[in-house]
Amino acid sequence: MKRELLKFLIFVLLVAVAPLALKGSYLLNVFVFIGINTMLAVALNLLLGFAGQISLGHAAFFGLGAYVSGVLTASHAWNPWAALAVAAVGVGLLAFALGFPVLKLKGHYLAMATLGFGIIVYIVFNETVDVTGGPSGLTGIPNLKLGSMLFDSDLKNYYLIWAFTLVTMLLSINLAHSRIGRALRAIHDSEVAARVMGVNARLMKVQVFALSAFISAVAGSLYAHTMTFLSPTSFGFNFSVELVTMVIIGGLGSIYGSFLGAALLTLLPEFLRAFQDYDIIVFGLLLILMTLFMPDGLVRGIPNIVGMARRRLKGRE
Amino acid sequence: MELFRQLLQYLLSGLSTGSIYALIGFGFAIIYNATGIINFAQGEFVMLGGMFSLFYLTVAKLPLPLAIMAAIASSMVVGAALERFAIRPLKGANHLGMVIITIGASILIRGIAMLIWGKDTHALPAFTESDPILIGGATILPQNLWIFGLTALIIVANKVFFNYTISGKAMRACSFNRTAASLVGIDVRRMVLFSFLISSAMGSMAGIIIAPLTMTSYDVGVMLGLKGFCAAIIGGMSSGFGTVLGGLLLGLVESLGAGLVSSGYKDAIAFIILLLILFIRPQGLFGKADVERV
Repeated sequence: MKRELLKFLIFVLLVAVAPLALKGSYLLNVFVFIGINTMLAVALNLLLGFAGQISLGHAAFFGLGAYVSGVLTASHAWNPWAALAVAAVGVGLLAFALGFPVLKLKGHYLAMATLGFGIIVYIVFNETVDVTGGPSGLTGIPNLKLGSMLFDSDLKNYYLIWAFTLVTMLLSINLAHSRIGRALRAIHDSEVAARVMGVNARLMKVQVFALSAFISAVAGSLYAHTMTFLSPTSFGFNFSVELVTMVIIGGLGSIYGSFLGAALLTLLPEFLRAFQDYDIIVFGLLLILMTLFMPDGLVRGIPNIVGMARRRLKGRE
Repeated sequence: MELFRQLLQYLLSGLSTGSIYALIGFGFAIIYNATGIINFAQGEFVMLGGMFSLFYLTVAKLPLPLAIMAAIASSMVVGAALERFAIRPLKGANHLGMVIITIGASILIRGIAMLIWGKDTHALPAFTESDPILIGGATILPQNLWIFGLTALIIVANKVFFNYTISGKAMRACSFNRTAASLVGIDVRRMVLFSFLISSAMGSMAGIIIAPLTMTSYDVGVMLGLKGFCAAIIGGMSSGFGTVLGGLLLGLVESLGAGLVSSGYKDAIAFIILLLILFIRPQGLFGKADVERV
C-alpha cells in the first residue's frame, strides 16, 4: 500500500506540473478532456476490469449526467454544484434500479442489454426537443463557480477536472485493495465460486454498476459545465465503444492503464487530424490487435513482452 | 374504413421489414450455434450486400442479377476473412474478448466501407419495374413481394440444409457439443468457417433485397444488425421458426408503433422489446431455458 501511495503521489505531481509545459498550447484543452475521459475509463474499469461485467452503454450514463446538469442550470437556473449533485445521485439511483434486471444477464446478453439501453437513451436525447434541444443541441450552460472564481478558462478547468479525476483514481485504487475489490475479482474469475465463498455477488455487481454510473454522471456534469454546450452525438454508441477501448488498451483492472488508454484515445484524433473521420478505422484495428496480441493491455502487456524477449535471448546464449 | 386501410398498410410494411430482421437474425443464430459467439459484425454484412451490389452495378456495369451474385460472393469472402483472421486466432478466449473483437471488426469494416464508398446514401433499383399493387386499399410494391418470396425461399433452403444434408447435420452436431462432434470425425474448424460463410451470405442477401426500399449507406448495418439480433433473441437463438416469428413480430410492432404512436421513437421500440425479453424471458419467447454448467 505504501508503494501504491508513492506511485499515486508521483502521478499527482506530474498532473500538477503538466500545465507548465503546456502553457498557451491548445494541448491544455486536450488534457482537460483527457481528465474527463480518464474518469470515465476508471469508472468503466471498476465494472469491466474488476467485476468482469461488460457495459456497452456507458455513454448513456455520461450523457444523462451531462443533460440533467445542463438542463437544470440552463433552463431552470439552478446552482451548477446542486445540479451536479442531483445529476450524479439521480443517475446512480437509476443505475442501481436498472442493475438488478440487467446484471442478471451474462456475456453477450449483458453486452446487448446495455447496448440497447444506451441506444434508447440516445434516441430520447434526440427526440425530446423541448427539453434537450434535440439534435441541434443545448446551449447556455453556465460554468462552475467556487466563491468568486468562475471556471471559464482551460487552465482553471484543467485543475478543477483533474481534482475530481485524481479523487476518483485514489478511491478506485483503495477499493481495489479492499475486501470489496477482492470480492469483485472473485466474481470476475468465477461468480459461482465467489457465491460459494459467501460473496453476495448479485448485490455487489449492482453496487459497482451504480458506483460506475455515478462517477460517469459526475464526469458528464463536469463536461457540460466545461463545454457549456451539449449535443446528443457525444453520447452515442460510438462513444460507449470508445470507452471500452480505453479500458482494454490500458488493461483490465489497471487504474493507471485507464489513464493511459484515455490519454491515447483522446490524443489520437489530434494526431490524426489529417484523416479526420478515419480515426474510426484505427479504433477498430486497435481493438482487434489488442485483443489478439495483448489481451492484458499496455500496462501489463509491455512488461510481459519485454520479459518474454529477455527469456528468449537468455535461452539462446 | 380509413383506419382499416392504414392498419393494413402498416401490417404489410411491418411484415416486409420483419422478414429482413428474420434473415439477419438467422445469421446471428447460425454463428452462435456453431461457435457460441455473438457476431456483432453481422450487421456489416447487411451493409456490404447493398454496397457491393451498387458497386458492381454502377462501377463494374454488371446486369442486376450478376451484380447481386457477385455482391453475395464478395460478402462471403469478407465473412471468411473475419473468421480466419479474427475469430480463429482467438481460440479459447473468454466472452469479453469475443464481444470486443467482433465489435472491433464491425468498426473496421464500416470504416473501410466509408473510406471506399463515402458517406452518401444510395438506392438500388427495384428488382422488377412495375406499378404498386393495390390490396384492400393498401398498396404494396413489387419489391415487397420479392422480399416475401426470397425470405421464404431462404428459410426453406435453410431448413433443408440443416436437416437433410451431411454438412448441415454436422453443423448441428457442433452446436450441441463441439467435443463430441470432433470425436465422431467432424471437422469443427471447417464447420465454423461454414457458419461464417452461410451467415455472411444471408446477411448480404437481406441487405440487397431491402436496399431498393430503404436506401443503403456505409452505416445502415448498425441498426439493422441490432434489430436482427432482437429477432434472434425473441426466437431463442434458434435458426428455426422462432427467429422467423421473432422477426415478423418485431417488424409488426415497430411498424404499428411508428404509425400509431410516434415515428421518432421507432428504433427505440425494438430495443425496449429487446430489454423486456432479456429481463423476463432471456431464453426467448420460443426457446427453452439453459442450465448453467460450472
